[in-house]
Amino acid sequence: MLWQCARAGGRRAHTAHGSGEQVDSLALALGLIVSLDPGFLAVVGLSLRVTATAVLIAALIGLPLGALLALKRFPGRSMVIVVVNAMMGLPPVVVGLLVFLALSRAGPLGALGLLFTPTAMIAAQTVLALPIVIAITRQIVEDLWGEYREHLLSLGLKGVRAVPTLLWDGRFSLTTGLLAAFGRASAEVGAVLIVGGNIAGSTRTMTTTIALETSKGDLPLALGLGLVLIGLTLLINAAAYGASRVGARHAV
Amino acid sequence: MHDTIPNPASILPLRVERLCFADAQARLLEDVSFAIPRGGLTIVLGANGAGKSLLMRLCQGLLAPTSGAVAWNAQPEGFSRHAMVFQKPVMLRRSARGNVLHALAASGVARAGRAGRADAALQRFGLADLSERPARLLSGGEQQRLAIARAVAAGPEILFLDEPTSHLDPGATLQVEQMLGGLKRDGVTLVMTTHDMGQARRLADRVLFMHKGRLIEDAAAHTFFEGPAAAEARAFLAGDLLW
Ligand SMILES: Nc1ncnc2c1ncn2[C@@H]1O[C@H](COP(=O)(O)OP(=O)(O)OP(=O)(O)O)[C@@H](O)[C@H]1O
Ligand SMILES: [Mg+2]
Repeated sequence: MLWQCARAGGRRAHTAHGSGEQVDSLALALGLIVSLDPGFLAVVGLSLRVTATAVLIAALIGLPLGALLALKRFPGRSMVIVVVNAMMGLPPVVVGLLVFLALSRAGPLGALGLLFTPTAMIAAQTVLALPIVIAITRQIVEDLWGEYREHLLSLGLKGVRAVPTLLWDGRFSLTTGLLAAFGRASAEVGAVLIVGGNIAGSTRTMTTTIALETSKGDLPLALGLGLVLIGLTLLINAAAYGASRVGARHAV
Repeated sequence: MHDTIPNPASILPLRVERLCFADAQARLLEDVSFAIPRGGLTIVLGANGAGKSLLMRLCQGLLAPTSGAVAWNAQPEGFSRHAMVFQKPVMLRRSARGNVLHALAASGVARAGRAGRADAALQRFGLADLSERPARLLSGGEQQRLAIARAVAAGPEILFLDEPTSHLDPGATLQVEQMLGGLKRDGVTLVMTTHDMGQARRLADRVLFMHKGRLIEDAAAHTFFEGPAAAEARAFLAGDLLW
């Protein structure tokens, strides 16, 4: 299997630091990608599945919550907004630690036995993505509401009844926000490492594999995954740019 | 034959009773009282800043009065019952047709009937060719026509129009005036503001004249235009009333 030979190549790269060896690593990394090595694909697939699920859950919770936060006035609202904004900058390892504590055997959700499973990683990434989704949705919906308020009220659309209109009309900016959440979740290492445990064949994502394999000296595998991540980041940004372009044309 | 849907009670007359509205700095509306019965076209006249738009917003329930009340005969729960065309129309980030469809959906019109009604409303205001264009890219006059089409589509019982022809060319103005005449004949109650005295003379059955937040004359249109009772109203018609 190519993965094995990549490992062998990696050890060589680790022991001898000639630049020829580095070129070798890059060639092997490209080989991993081009040959669609099953072990390599499994890591990429798991990463994408975990992050996509996490962003989906964060969207289902965060879009309505963000919209309500934009429209409802209640005591402590400003504090909630500050906390949500602050949570966007929460270090992922801290999120990982908190989710770890919640899921560990002694923790409140320990009975579910989810620690070191992909589900635990989804939970951690959801916690990372959620504040981004809520904060961006709140901002977009609040701006739109300021503009639409009188018209929607005159149509009898107030409070929750105004939310579908506002989310739909903000759909292109919201898409950009969801892509940002996807970017943050897919790029992070600390949280998934802590709650997933980086177990071969079950909880290895692209980022945790890169961290591990680089320290072990398997550069081709790490490089290959790194290239995929770079490609993914480019893709996300292209999609975000596309969304704003389409938005500019259709929704002005 | 049995009608399963009972005809809802009319929301008119609308009674505005001792309405006051003040913000931190100033008393903007003071002690305004009048009633709007079913039918007819009432024009609210007054100089810039007299409080015309404010009064309409209060009637729509968009602002809460400081004191006094806006009372409908029956609670206007169906939202197609009263509609408003704003001085600065808000265009949703959708096509012209999407804007009308949205208003119809919000007013509780069944999905099956929406497309037909939307197209008819767009046709009526000469927007059929522009129906798929993004509403926010339409010209000022086109947006104003769309705002009227959107407000009329669901068939309101009473329609408020705040300077609905301020951006329209003479042809479109005439068209809108004819449309309003048609609506009036269909029994829709109309309340509008305008700064076009020719238009006011052509359309009004009744005039409410406002000055500095007060309603100082409430008269039949012909009486008002022949010779208003209030000195401010006479000055206003002569073009001598400056704020
Ligand atoms: N929501 C509001 N809060 C506070 N002040 C307001 C509000 N709306 C209007 N005003 C003030 O009330 C006064 C009357 O405004 P309004 O828009 O009703 O005037 P108008 O009669 O419609 O004038 P125009 O002919 O220029 O449209 C103005 O001085 C305006 O600044
Ligand atoms: Mg006005």
